[in-house]
Amino acid sequence: MVDWAWSIKMARREFRKTGVKLILFVSAIVTGIAALVAVTSFGDNLSKDIDEQAKELLGADLLLKKNQPIEFPEIEGIASEHALEINFASMVYFPKAGDSRLTQVRALEGDYPFYGTLETIPVNAESDFRSGGKKALVEKTLMAQFDAVVGDFIKVGNVSLEIIGALQKVPGQTGITATVAPAVYIPMDQLEASGLVQYGSRVNYNHYFLFPEPFELQALIDENKELWGEDRVNFDTVQSQKESTGRSFENLSNFLTLVAFIAVLLGCVGVGSAVNVFVKEKLPSVAVLRCLGVKALDIIVVYLVQIFFMGLLGSIIGATAGALLQFLLPIVFSDFLPVEVTVQLAWGAIGMGIVTGVMISILFALIPLLKIRKVSPMMTLRPDDQSTNIGKDPLRLFVLAGIVVFILLFSFFLLGKWDQTLWFTGFVVLSFGALWLLAMGVMKAIRTFLPISLNYPVRQALSNLYRPNNQTVSLLATIGLGTAMIGTLFFIQDQLLDEVRFADKEDQPNMLFFDIQSNQVDSMKTVLEAESLPILQHVPIITMGVSEVNGLNKKENEDLEEEERRSRSFYNREFRVTYRDSLINTEELVEGELIPYTSASDSIFVSMEEGYAERNHMKLGDEIVFNVQGRPLTTYVGSIRKVNFRRVSTNFLVVFPDKVLDNAPKFHVLITKTKDDKASAAIQNTIVRQFPNVSVVNLSMIVETLEDLLGKIGFVIQFMAFFSILTGILVLISSLLISKFQRVRENILLRTIGADRKVLIKINILEYLFLGSLAAGGGLVLSILASFLLSFFVFEIAFTLAWQPLFLVFGLITALTVFLGYVNSLNILKAKTMDILRT
Amino acid sequence: MVLFKRDKFFSLKDMNILSVENLSKTYRSGNRELTVLDQVSFEVEQGKTLSIVGPSGSGKTTLLGLCAGLDVASAGSVRMDGKALENMNEDQRAGIRNQLVGFIFQNFQLLQTLTALENVMVPLELKKRKDAKEKAKELLVKVGLGDRLTHYPNQLSGGEQQRVSIARAFANEPKILFADEPTGNLDTETGEMVENLIFKLNEEQGTTLILVTHDLELAAKTHQSLHIKGGKIQEAIHG
Ligand SMILES: Nc1ncnc2c1ncn2[C@@H]1O[C@H](COP(=O)(O)OP(=O)(O)O)[C@@H](O)[C@H]1O
Ligand SMILES: [Mg+2]
Repeated sequence: MVDWAWSIKMARREFRKTGVKLILFVSAIVTGIAALVAVTSFGDNLSKDIDEQAKELLGADLLLKKNQPIEFPEIEGIASEHALEINFASMVYFPKAGDSRLTQVRALEGDYPFYGTLETIPVNAESDFRSGGKKALVEKTLMAQFDAVVGDFIKVGNVSLEIIGALQKVPGQTGITATVAPAVYIPMDQLEASGLVQYGSRVNYNHYFLFPEPFELQALIDENKELWGEDRVNFDTVQSQKESTGRSFENLSNFLTLVAFIAVLLGCVGVGSAVNVFVKEKLPSVAVLRCLGVKALDIIVVYLVQIFFMGLLGSIIGATAGALLQFLLPIVFSDFLPVEVTVQLAWGAIGMGIVTGVMISILFALIPLLKIRKVSPMMTLRPDDQSTNIGKDPLRLFVLAGIVVFILLFSFFLLGKWDQTLWFTGFVVLSFGALWLLAMGVMKAIRTFLPISLNYPVRQALSNLYRPNNQTVSLLATIGLGTAMIGTLFFIQDQLLDEVRFADKEDQPNMLFFDIQSNQVDSMKTVLEAESLPILQHVPIITMGVSEVNGLNKKENEDLEEEERRSRSFYNREFRVTYRDSLINTEELVEGELIPYTSASDSIFVSMEEGYAERNHMKLGDEIVFNVQGRPLTTYVGSIRKVNFRRVSTNFLVVFPDKVLDNAPKFHVLITKTKDDKASAAIQNTIVRQFPNVSVVNLSMIVETLEDLLGKIGFVIQFMAFFSILTGILVLISSLLISKFQRVRENILLRTIGADRKVLIKINILEYLFLGSLAAGGGLVLSILASFLLSFFVFEIAFTLAWQPLFLVFGLITALTVFLGYVNSLNILKAKTMDILRT
Repeated sequence: MVLFKRDKFFSLKDMNILSVENLSKTYRSGNRELTVLDQVSFEVEQGKTLSIVGPSGSGKTTLLGLCAGLDVASAGSVRMDGKALENMNEDQRAGIRNQLVGFIFQNFQLLQTLTALENVMVPLELKKRKDAKEKAKELLVKVGLGDRLTHYPNQLSGGEQQRVSIARAFANEPKILFADEPTGNLDTETGEMVENLIFKLNEEQGTTLILVTHDLELAAKTHQSLHIKGGKIQEAIHG
């Protein structure tokens, strides 16, 4: 039975004196809660906005797309509007800049988008564009890249078009997609003249439809689904677009919420350790109350009530800050958003933030508060006797388990999948555990091995790390985890960029020409040779589909039981294959062998890529009938290859033997290596001018794009990591303030035995130097581990350690810790002797 | 040497507020055992005063703690108001303390976060007394601190703090009061004032007093005196 009336009364009285301290404790959770509320509010608003703006995402009621020309006369008959967009990747040349770039060219006919608009500057450019003629709308980022202005000309294939407007916003397009594939709109009547749609070009035919209200779209879809399936026509509706957009942003917002949740947890470690110091200072009073006959539980409640209210206050402040902060988020995330996000108070998110903050500060405070149960009232009679102090309480384990369960449930609530939840919780628990062990290990090592011969300030600083009421563990955990997050971010970013740059160093090809027609191959080679560029690879490419696997056609496959069925995409895929009798240096044979085709009576053996074969359950000897431009071609899987996809090269899921496809229609890819970026730019311009249909990919462009992309992602992650760091700083500051009393006492003691100001400052700085470097070091070790695991399992790249960011992060974190410690020591030296007599 | 030894049969219906029988306390550190109290037995009648005297380290505080139920003995038994403390858990003993026991400590042990008045109110509130505030005020006036009600302990001198703690100890009208060297941290003059106050209130309320001291003069004022040394009773003087 808890005596609530009494406990609350006592809490109120206590609070008058200790309230300020407690406010300090909970300040640590403010930033975490702010981040949590901001991110979840933003997520809530985003999903609401995606719902509301779903029509603008697609720009139409129905999209039908296929990579070959196709007509839908019946649907056009019912639709109130129809528009056709033919899009493909092609080089666009900016004569004024004398430079070109691979872009997505979209030839448009009709009033698409039916919902929303193509936002342009100047505004009238859109209607101007629709009137046809030699005009183009160009994505603003692309214009910026080439310093182009409205009125300039661009060359798309064989035609020269005037830029009449900069595209600001395109349905469904985000800053990220614009970075990877910036769009150029041209009128449909210019497509023919451009001469870009030829054999082998990857062309998409998108038909957009708008239907008169009311319309039973689902009925239309149900009716035609099968037919579209057979024709390899994909469809998108407002609903499906909404769902897929929603799904991808749910992942993003869950990820961000987890990052924010880590910041909350860091804050709570701070709360826990502050309450720990607080409780230790309170033990004598607790003993007195025990003497007076108060039950342990009642005393715990006295403090819990205070912590509850302080946690509530901290959470409310945090939630308020978070609600304000979310006004910033649309700016931070602008590059990722396909819709306009309205900023609104999301009460659900605010409520959740507050509940989380209160729950978790109570859970973390309970661990130190449990000590109260074990306080012997004998302490009143023998206050200096340490051995009457507390033993370990088995209830601690329950509380710890409670915390783990809370983390599990919270992350499951966000992730909705147990495996991910377990990974996340495991990571959190392991990281905390590792840093805790590090702290304990260091303290124990210092206690056991601290050499007496050490110079005095160093020895004192080291022994301060395990002084009674020390906060070594909590500071190591918070600063360490913050460092780990930032470190991981830097490492992975560096890693990915390095992976691409690497190709350049290693005498790898760095330039790739594709969409070359058979009749252009010889003259292209001549041009390259004239510039004394090596032709490292010449790869013919043939497109084909699959009509049968092991005697089953698509229809028969569909009729099979679920487990036996092969993925539909296997039948729907357009395979781009090449032919050769040897492996190239990015390939390695894992099973079977390459079997050449020597005479018309031979069976044809193809080689399949390992991963693709695995995913589609293909094995040696399986029979595949390909459809090559309407001609069936029976083949057998003769070998399985492992392919290194991360080199600039052409990679194929299926490789045919020589001679089989000699006469099939094909196009070509040439691969070369230039000396430097300047040479790349020069040859690119030459080729684009002479062969406008040929697309060029060069390594420096990939690196640039990737840098741009990672920069944008990195910015978002840094923004989130900032909260962890901020939390770490707050925990550091609050723990410095909380331990001030003790430090003042220590310092006065040291002063009385003759240590001067300089020595005292030195001790303080050294102590924080040790603490900061330990925390930063521990965090970095964790981040190296995390980066290694991520590289290995997620990005599948080789792990190399980037020393530069490593030292940078280490130095900055350590310096910050030392700086705060130094400021604090000045503060302490100001304190008067009276302070300790009077508290 | 007089030892108070009676049958258990007898002690059930006796008038003793406290009876201690064969009480021992041993501390173990590592594999060494240290016997701090060795087979101590005595009894105190309701309303009487007892002093425990002996040199520093002789086990006085240990004995007091055991008698008051603050600690658990290694062997032997303590009966307070007829109830055996050794059979109770910590919270049950806390209940007994609140009902029957008052404390005065050498270093006052006021709650630093409460005012003088609130400190005195705590035991009254624990007993759910409606008149806690009036009663506490009355007591503080009695100990001469009527004008310091809202002061915090760190705003009071040692003597004043001890007077607050006396007021607190008498607040719930305990049947038995334990005091561990209550004047140990005070100068002679203040100490005497505090002593007089304790005896005065003790008489007024008819409380039993168990007083630890090494002041033989003070000990002489009590009905009984136990002299202990090395954890053993050397002499029990029945005054
Ligand atoms: N927790 C403990 N562990 C070991 N020895 C203790 C402990 N508490 C007290 N003692 C020892 O018990 C003896 C009696 O202590 P105490 O009762 O405080 O003596 P007094 O109050 O008479 O000065 C002392 O020698 C003291 O060192
Ligand atoms: Mg003593």
